[in-house]
This record gives sequence, structure tokens and C-alpha cells, in this order.
Amino acid sequence: MSARLSPGRTIAAHAILIAWTLVALFPVFVIVINSFKSRKAIFADPLALPLPGNFDWVGYETVLKQGDFFLYFQNSLIVTVASLFFVLLFGAMAAFALSEYRFRGNTLMGLYLALGIMIPIRLGTVAILEMMVASGLVNTLTALILVYTAQGLPLAVFILAEFMKSVSDDLKNAGRIDGLSEYRIFFSLVLPLVRPAMATVAVFTMIPIWNDLWFPLILAPAEETKTVTLGAQVFIGQFVTNWNAVLAALSLAIVPVLVLYLIFSRQLIRGITAGAVK
Amino acid sequence: MGALELKNVTKAFGTTEVIKGVDLTVNDGEFCVFVGPSGCGKSTLLRIIAGLEDATAGDILLDGKRVNDVAPAKRELAMVFQSYALYPHLTVRDNMGLALKQAGQSRATIQAATDKAAAMLSLEPLMDRRPAELSGGQRQRVAIGRAIVRTPKLFLFDEPLSNLDAALRVATRIEIARLHRDLKATMIYVTHDQVEAMTLADRIVVLRAGRVEQVGSPMELYNNPANTFVAGFIGSPQMNFLDAAALGFAPGQVGIRPEHLEISQTAGAIPAEVSHVEKLGGETLVYARSPEHGLLTVRLFGEHHYQVAEPVWLTLQYARAFQFAPDGKRRS
Repeated sequence: MSARLSPGRTIAAHAILIAWTLVALFPVFVIVINSFKSRKAIFADPLALPLPGNFDWVGYETVLKQGDFFLYFQNSLIVTVASLFFVLLFGAMAAFALSEYRFRGNTLMGLYLALGIMIPIRLGTVAILEMMVASGLVNTLTALILVYTAQGLPLAVFILAEFMKSVSDDLKNAGRIDGLSEYRIFFSLVLPLVRPAMATVAVFTMIPIWNDLWFPLILAPAEETKTVTLGAQVFIGQFVTNWNAVLAALSLAIVPVLVLYLIFSRQLIRGITAGAVK
Repeated sequence: MGALELKNVTKAFGTTEVIKGVDLTVNDGEFCVFVGPSGCGKSTLLRIIAGLEDATAGDILLDGKRVNDVAPAKRELAMVFQSYALYPHLTVRDNMGLALKQAGQSRATIQAATDKAAAMLSLEPLMDRRPAELSGGQRQRVAIGRAIVRTPKLFLFDEPLSNLDAALRVATRIEIARLHRDLKATMIYVTHDQVEAMTLADRIVVLRAGRVEQVGSPMELYNNPANTFVAGFIGSPQMNFLDAAALGFAPGQVGIRPEHLEISQTAGAIPAEVSHVEKLGGETLVYARSPEHGLLTVRLFGEHHYQVAEPVWLTLQYARAFQFAPDGKRRS
């Protein structure tokens, strides 16, 4: 991108970006403001801000009292963080092998691993459920972690392999001549250099896992393994929906994922990578 | 017996052969330069010696021992890369000491070795910085320092000066030559720049398309090239090649270096027309086009004034001319 865009184009670009930001943030905004309002106020004027006249904590009170929300949060966090850890670890290792070593079937293996990007894992739900039943993993968090790790790996391998190809061969070879093991080369030379890519993959992987309703509902619907998105469903009934509670639960669910996002986005700054190789 | 011996080394990537049977002995304490155009296999050969690539066939001997299956770190050699390849997360001191630390040396030994290398390269003020805080020339000195610290049997340089600007390149070249004198170590140096090869080498190995074309001291290659390729590659500006038949010799080519071609405005053997003049102060290069032989370069010392399109006469110093057969081989 040239730094010297004409002012007209700069303004147009910003206008488009701001418009898109507003569109993307609007539903979140509506959820958050309505979670602080009384039931009547939500229906009377959904777009009104929570002011002293219609302000109400009732949604949050319900969420914190009814149902075991701290447990749900804990479950969601365990599943997301553990899946993320495994996706990044195994994804990076597979990507390193694919980009660094020449072996028979290297390209085919890469394509096979990337195939998962195009085929939704949900098509295999029945088979997955049968497998989980057979291995006695139904209603455990392990079941979810395994499924999400599988779901996240294809994209992780694909993106990281591309980035690892760009890491200087000389640097890895210098490590080999200095007697570093392949594991040291991977963990202390290559991984720090692909940190921005790791952060990107982490963000892409984390959000679908955190938001998923499908697999928790099918594989782990028990009270003690419920995730936040599944937990919030108790307030949605066939005849009556407790909107205050649903909106409060969703608002709360945004917070942890936002914190994780902030952590990863800081990694996107390249920092110490400059100056390794010219 | 030499410090390094290559016996019929070949390397193929799939079906493409990049090294086609190289035999070579590098003597102890020798500065050996591999030179050739890009893609000639010189870097691949260096990486085979380092152990970063496996040879498809043939033996690599270091100090008389076959090292084909020895890991790079165990071959007791050090390598300096074109891109410096410093560890970005370590300070200059740790970069230089890492190999010794991996080899299990004591802290005091490492400290002494890094201090000594730093003193040789005047790196003392930079020891606690990270690579990102250094300039290109400083980084390359650190990379050389990292190699010295290991006191290896063999130094390998892979185009170490290519990323430096012209002035720094000359300074670093002199520094490498001085290091070679001080350390008396065996060094193998890869470059595509024949000036680096001529100025640094005890012995030059000219490579083309995976084969050794000629091995010899810089002056042997300059005065006694085996074929048109070596004759054209060594020496700058490039040697002129003339049609031998037109000069009354057996068919083939006659090679004459620009400094051995005489130019006159009045009389001579070959009529030509000046097409370009380069004035470098200390010397003047005249490019003259002859109808029979094409563009010829004449190198004159001092300042000379020729005009473009001026008719001139060129004369060969026949004692300094080389005759080549049509297949490019030198006629004796």
C-alpha cells in the first residue's frame, strides 16, 4: 500500500471501514444495552439506552442465581483454551514438518491436511457421536476438546505452513551447525518468528469454539459439562423466553473472549523479529 | 592429506543433478574460494560439506575421516551465512557463545572465548545488544565472531559480503583476509564475485553447472585459463573473444584481456569504431565495435580521450593472447 493516497480516497476508505464497523458492532451494542433494562423497557423501545427510568439488573441477577453460570464459564474457558493450545501446538508442528523437511508425499500430505478447511466437521456429527459413545467420552469436556482440535487443525496447518516457509533457512541451518536439536530450532527459533501468524490462527480458531452450540448440545449436554452458550439456552423456553437473562448471559459471554482477543492481538506486533535476517 | 577431501561427490534433487561428480582436496590452512555464476552448485556444495544437505553419492572426508553421516554440529566446522542468520532473541554475546554452550563448555571458557573473538573484531561495545540493534556490517562481524568462537577445523563462508554495501564489502573483505592470516585456519568461501575470489583466495575452484572447470591460484587462472568459461569468468572487465579464423588462426576463438589490447587512432590490425567510453579516473575503458569481432573492450591506464563514433585501430599483444578450440578448450 502506498503511503501517499489522495485525501479523497483516504476519506472514502475510512468511511467504508467505519460503516462496516458500525454494522458489525450494532447487534453487540443492542445486546449489551438491553441486558441492562427491564423486560418492559426492552420491548417498549429496544434501541433506547439504559437510563435511570428503565435501568434494571434483573437479567444479571437471574443469571447469577439461576443455573450454575460460573461452572459454565469455567467449562467454556477450559474447552477453548485447551483446544487452542492443542491446535497451535500440533498445527505448528505439522506445518514445520511440511515446510521444512523434504519427504515423499509432502505435497499430498499438505493438501490432505488442508482439505478439512473445505469440509465442515459437522457433516461427521453422527460418526463422531458414535465414536464418543464407544469410547465413553460422552458428557466430558475431553470430547469437546478433541472435536475442536480436529476442527481447528486444517486452517492452522495451512496458514502456519505458509508462514514457516518464509522463515530464513540460514537461521535454521545456523542452529543446526551450532548443535541445536530440531525441537530447539522449532521452539526457540521458528516459533517466535511466526508469532504474528500464531496469533492470527488463535483468533480464527478461538471464536467458533467459544460460540459453538452444536457440539456441546450433542456431545456434552450434562449439567456439569455445559458451556456458556448451551447454559444460556435454559432461559429460552418453548413458550416463554427470559430475555433479560438471555441478554445478560450473552453480554457476560463476550467478556472472556474479548480478553483473549486482546492478548493475541498484542502478539501481532512484530517486536523482536526485526533484524534476525536482512 | 588435506583438511577436506571430496571424492566424486554428486547431488541430485529428484532427477535434476546439481553436482555432477566433484573431486577436490583442500589443504590445511588454505583459503579456498568456490566461484561460479548463480546456479552453478557452489552453495549446494558448501552445504554438503557442512552437512546441511546429504550427498547423493561420493565421500566427504574431514581430516581423513569420512563424515557423510556425521551431524553438522559434530563436524567441527563453522559457517557464516549471507543473511547473517543471527538468533534474534539472543544478545551478541549469547549468539557467539551458543555453540559452546550446546557443547557443554563451562561458563568461564565461553566467556573467555567470546571475549577473545570480540576483541579480534572490535565488537566489545556491542556485546549486550540484540541483532535488531545492529547495522548490517556489525551483524556480519557478529556472525563471523560466532564462527571464530568455536575454533573450528574448517570455516565455511556462504557469500558473506553480498548483503553489504560496496565500501563495507571492501573493509570486511580485508578483515576476513586478516583473520585468515591470524588464525591460520582452513577456510572455504563461496562467492559469485570474481574480485572477492581473486583478492582472498590461495586457490580458486571455478564451478559451472555442477562441475569443476578449473582449480588453481588466482594468477594461474588469470594467466593460464583452461577454457573460454574460466577465461571469461576470471578477470574484470571480461576477456575479449575474437574469431580466430578471421585473424588467420585455426578455427575457434582467440581470447585477449582488455589490458592486452592496444588502441590507436592511426594504424593497427583490426579496424573498429568507438561505441562507448567509461572514464574511471585511474583507468579508461573504451568499447569499440569491430565488424568482424563484435564489441571489444580496451583497458587503458590513466585518462584518455576518445569520442563515440570515432574510427580506431586495435592490435593484439599476441604473446598474451589465448587460443581456444571450437569446443571452448584451450589450445596448447
